[in-house]
Formats: sequence, C-alpha cells, structure tokens
Amino acid sequence: MSVRAEAGYPRSMPTDDIRLHVVSGKGGTGKTTVAAALALALATKGKRTLLVEVEGRQGIAQLFDVPPLPHDERKVAVAPGGGEVFALAIDTEEALLDYLDMFYNMRRAGSMLRTMGAVEFATTIAPGLRDVLLTGKFCEATKRTEKGQYVYDAVVVDAPPTGRVTRFLNVNREVSGIAKVGPIRTQADSVMRVLNSPQTAVHLVTVLEEMPVQETIDGVQALRESNLPVGHIIVNMSRTPLLDSAALEEAAEGTLDRSQIAADLKAAGVVGRRGASTAVVVDALVDEARDHAERVTLEEGELIRLEPLELPVAQLPLLDDGIDLAGLYSLAQSLREQGLA
Amino acid sequence: MSTPTWNVDQLIDDPNTRIIVCCGSGGVGKTTTAAAVALRAAERGRSVCVMTIDPARRLAQSMGLTELDNEPRPVSGIKGDGQLSAMMLDMKRTFDEMVEAHADSERAEQILSNPFYQALSSSFAGTQEYMAMEKLGHLRAQSDADGTWDLIVVDTPPSRSALDFLDAPARMGTFLDGRFIRLLTAPARSAGKGIGRIVNAGFGVFTGVLTKVIGAQVLKDLQAFVGAFDALFGGFRERAEATYSLLQDSGTAFIVVAVPEPDALREASFFVERLAAEGMPLAGLVLNRVQESAAPALSAEQALAGAERLSDEETGELTAALLNLHAARMNTVTRQEHLAERFTGAHPAVPVCQVPAFAGDVHDLDGLREVGVHLAQ
Repeated sequence: MSVRAEAGYPRSMPTDDIRLHVVSGKGGTGKTTVAAALALALATKGKRTLLVEVEGRQGIAQLFDVPPLPHDERKVAVAPGGGEVFALAIDTEEALLDYLDMFYNMRRAGSMLRTMGAVEFATTIAPGLRDVLLTGKFCEATKRTEKGQYVYDAVVVDAPPTGRVTRFLNVNREVSGIAKVGPIRTQADSVMRVLNSPQTAVHLVTVLEEMPVQETIDGVQALRESNLPVGHIIVNMSRTPLLDSAALEEAAEGTLDRSQIAADLKAAGVVGRRGASTAVVVDALVDEARDHAERVTLEEGELIRLEPLELPVAQLPLLDDGIDLAGLYSLAQSLREQGLA
Repeated sequence: MSTPTWNVDQLIDDPNTRIIVCCGSGGVGKTTTAAAVALRAAERGRSVCVMTIDPARRLAQSMGLTELDNEPRPVSGIKGDGQLSAMMLDMKRTFDEMVEAHADSERAEQILSNPFYQALSSSFAGTQEYMAMEKLGHLRAQSDADGTWDLIVVDTPPSRSALDFLDAPARMGTFLDGRFIRLLTAPARSAGKGIGRIVNAGFGVFTGVLTKVIGAQVLKDLQAFVGAFDALFGGFRERAEATYSLLQDSGTAFIVVAVPEPDALREASFFVERLAAEGMPLAGLVLNRVQESAAPALSAEQALAGAERLSDEETGELTAALLNLHAARMNTVTRQEHLAERFTGAHPAVPVCQVPAFAGDVHDLDGLREVGVHLAQ
C-alpha cells in the first residue's frame, strides 16, 4: 500500500532467529486466525511448528475443523512442502499437575490438591501463578530438544488480548508481588529469560479502526516499557482499494460522472429492459463508491497513526467469504511474502 | 422466513423498563449500542444513567467522559426534557469501595494492602464482570433511594464470551466459598470440634505440600487474606445474589448485540439460550454493521458479468470498477443474510433489529442519534 511505502517502514524484521511468536490483538481483530496462519507459514518447507492456545476457548480446533483439543500436542495441519503444525490447548489445571510432576515428582499430591479445590483456587486467585503455568508451558515447548535438535522449529502462541498481554508475559513482575523466593519465583525467572530474549517476538494484530489502533499503540508502549520484544504489527482484514485515487476523490466529493456511468451500464447490459432501473443502480453505485472512499480514507488515517511506532507492518486482506481452511493457507502465504516467515 | 422485528422505542418509552443490559461478545459494538439507546431514551424524556466499560476515546469525550472516575456525570447537549448521565466503570475502585463498605477501617486497610487482594482486584478474570454487576446494583439502589434515574443502561465488559457477564458473580462466589477457602480458614473456625481435628490432620499434609510449592511467605499472605476476606464474604454474596435476581426482574431487558459473523452469532445464540434458561427477559437482538445495498436487484454475478463486458470498452473502466465494488458488497450482503437467517432459524422467536454498517466510526452525539434512529425502525 502506498502509505506504507512512503513512510519508509522497514520491510520486515529478520525473523530467522525468532522461535517464539506471541500473537495478541484486540478482541474481534482475528488474532486466533492470524496466529494459526503464522504457524502454517512458519511450518512451510518441512518445518514443524506448535500453535498454542491459552484461553481455553478451543478457537484453534474450530479454525482447523478438528475435534476439541486435549491438553496434549497433536498434529492439526500439514503445511505446503511437507511441514507440520501441531496444536496444544493448555489446560491450566493440567499444566499445574505437569509442573508439580516435573519439579517435585508430586503428581499424586497434585491430584489431592485438585480434589480439595486448591488447583482452581491457585489458578483463580493468583492470575500471576496462572500465567506462570501458561507461559512456563509454552516456553518449555520452545526450549525442548530431542537428540540435540529442537522439537519445534517455532512456537506460535494465541495470547490474551492486547489489553492483558503485557501483564500475561510479564509474569516476573506479577509474581514478585506474591512470591519473592521459592520454586515459583525460580520458574518465573526462567520464563522471563526466554521472553526477554531475541528469540521471542510479540506481534500485535489490529484492524484499521479507531479503537483497535489506539489499543495497539498503547499495547506497544506497555510492551516496550516492560522490555518485551515487539515484532510486527499485523493489519488484518484490510481492504484493497478497488478504485484508483482520482476516482476515490471524485467518489468522496460526489462528482462521479453519472451520465457516463448510466451509459456504460446500458452498454454492459446490466440495466434496462429486464434489469434494474438505471437511476436506482447509478445512485447505488455512486453511494457505494462514496462509502468505499470514506472507508479507504479512514483506514489510511489509521495506518498513519501507526507510523510513529516505527514497527514493520504486514497487511492481510479481508476475505469476502469468511475464514475457512483455504483462507488460512492464503493468509499464511501472504505472511510469508511479507517476511514474517 | 419472516423474522420478528422489534423497536427500541417500545422498550424505552415503557416506564416499567428500569434496566437495560447490552451484552454480546467483544468487538460487536456493545458500548455504542448502549450509548445510543441511553441517548435516545433521554431525548424521549427519560432520566437515564449509562454505565460504559472501556469506551472508545472520542466516544467517551463526546459524552464528557474525560477520566475514569467511577461516578456518573451529566452529559451536555441532550435535546428535550430528559437527562443523561454517563460513567466509565473503574473496576479496582469499585472493588475497593465494596471492601470499605463492608469492613471496619483497620480490616479494610489490611485487605487492601494484601498482595492477593491486589491481584484479585486488578486482574482476576471475571472481576470486571463482577464489578459491573456490583456497580449496577449500586446505581439501582441509588436511583431507588432518591429517584435520580428512572432508567439505567449498562454496557458489559469486553470478554470473548458474552456469558462471562452472567457467570462471573457465580464463579467468584464458588471460588470465595470453595472448599479450599474453607480449608484455609478451617483451623481458626472449627478448633476443638471433632470434625475440625480431622480436617486439621489433612490440613497439615496439605499445607506441607503448599509450602513446598508456593513457599511459606506466600502461604502466610494467602491465609491472612482469606481470613480477613472471609468475614466480608457473606455480605458480598448477598449483594451479588440481589443484583443477579434484579436481572430476572420484569423491569429489566437484555439487548443481545452481535455482528453478522459466525463467532459473534454463535455467542449470541449461547446467550439467548442462557437468558431463557435463567428466566431473564430478552428484548431482542441488535445486529450491528449489516452491509446493505440500494440496488439489491443487481446481483454480484450480474455486476461481475457487466464489469467483464465493459473491460473491452475504452471508456468503461470506472464503471467496471464500480460494478466490481458492488459485486464485493453484494457477496457480503448475501453471506450476512445467510448467517442472520441461520440465527433466526435456530431462534425463531427472537426479534432482530438491524443497524447498517456506517462508513466511519460513531464518535459523537449525532452519530449516536443516527444509530438510535435505526434501532427504532
């Protein structure tokens, strides 16, 4: 898009070294879809990626049209060139039991805690603890090796929305208010080392409307204040202008040549004898063009508001038919073309 | 299939309507709908208070809301005899005020400074919903006492699931009243009794495990918090229950807000079913951002075919582009109609009110009035 080119944005950040991609965005901007497309894009050419869900909504299962995901990594899609996408829906209680097992060999004690309601308690009252478990789980998957090789080439997290993501990732700060020493603190510190490393990037998904853009600007600021590495701004559902700039201007000002349009419509045979009334169609087309022009102007304005962030911006098109599996593959392709994978 | 329609004026002109709750999943325009309903009601003579949660900055400014101060402020620029006050919910402040109202100052201080309280009050998933409910109860009590408002319109928090608003108080209740809390407070409560000894024996093992996992200081803070909170809890639960039953009152109406997208409509379906199950009165569904065309008779296929024919002509380029634009629009119109029909197929009795997509954001009173006109059609 011309606005971006003129602004001189970097085309993309080098993503080769990034192995943990955290995808956030305001509700309704399509962050789950973008996370899934990114996992597919990163898996292209024989790679293996893990797509992680942390909010227990089973959005990934719906997207890939598979049964609800258990607390277990399983393959959900094959990427172009033989890559594989695995998915995991983290269940907080199971993660706590895994954690007890891993660090204390205490799965049985964990089950006892569960019957007493302690697990629900721990994961409810102290969101910091909950976030330690969730972030701990996907950081572990990022670091996991087998025979000296990483098990996953990349991990993509469908993270909580922009308003909460900094707090979610910044578990160290959250937990330090609660646990100053002890095993949970140690775990939190080890998670923070991964999250603050150059291996990690937090991408924010937005659409070009006032609220989501404002939330993105605020979100980037919060992430930066917490030393969390910001990757791309991903503009989702962006509309390609269907009119050239001269026509957009005329459409906005209401100066489109109506008689020419009427003549063309007759020539094209879409109005007249058996078709719709010419005047009605001309009015409708002129109105629709004006709406489109207003929308394009608004979106360009919002894109300009993102410029001072000095972040690479990727754009994904609005899919007229809604999102299906084929749509996901085309979004993945688009992310690759824009240097995200 | 014929969809029953509804008109917001019938609802807001009825003096028996005292509370309107706008709910739906995140990003569907709940805040705008709530503000538009409130403004229209005020301009038709009601005394209205609207509680918004996280409104867009310019929309907030247009209602004179420049800071989050948790108190309703009069909105200027209202036409007619009615009045409108607006507020933004401050969840932490509402929680603090609730603690202060239920505890003596020493105990309140103890709770407010406990790290667990701070975590709970600022980031418990559900605190915002719970506090929205608490504030609603508070506003209603105030208007019952001094007649300040005869209608309260509430926006609900931006969670992905609309059901969170209804579930949060119960979740908070289950949680605060849970076995674990009982256990943590059990030694103090049941010392000396037979059952207490048994619980205490189990509790020893249990605290051992906890100490190992979370550390001794954390456990001490936790017990201090639970101990202090326990005494207040009865009062909290009573209020949450009172507000919840207020929602079942015939003076309450729910407006479920959605956009014609599969996720939003699925959430709307869940919500509609839940309201029916709880005996909560549903006014209808507001379907925001519905794409329309003034020339629906010209189908997407016809428009594309026309554009194709014009591409051979020398002068037809602009018109071809306009036809392509129309085709894209008609595709959206058709897809949305299909989704709306599916919703109505599943919920034939739920009246639907469609609000068209505006090209720009709604960010001033005139914009809200325009939404209001569509809500009344």
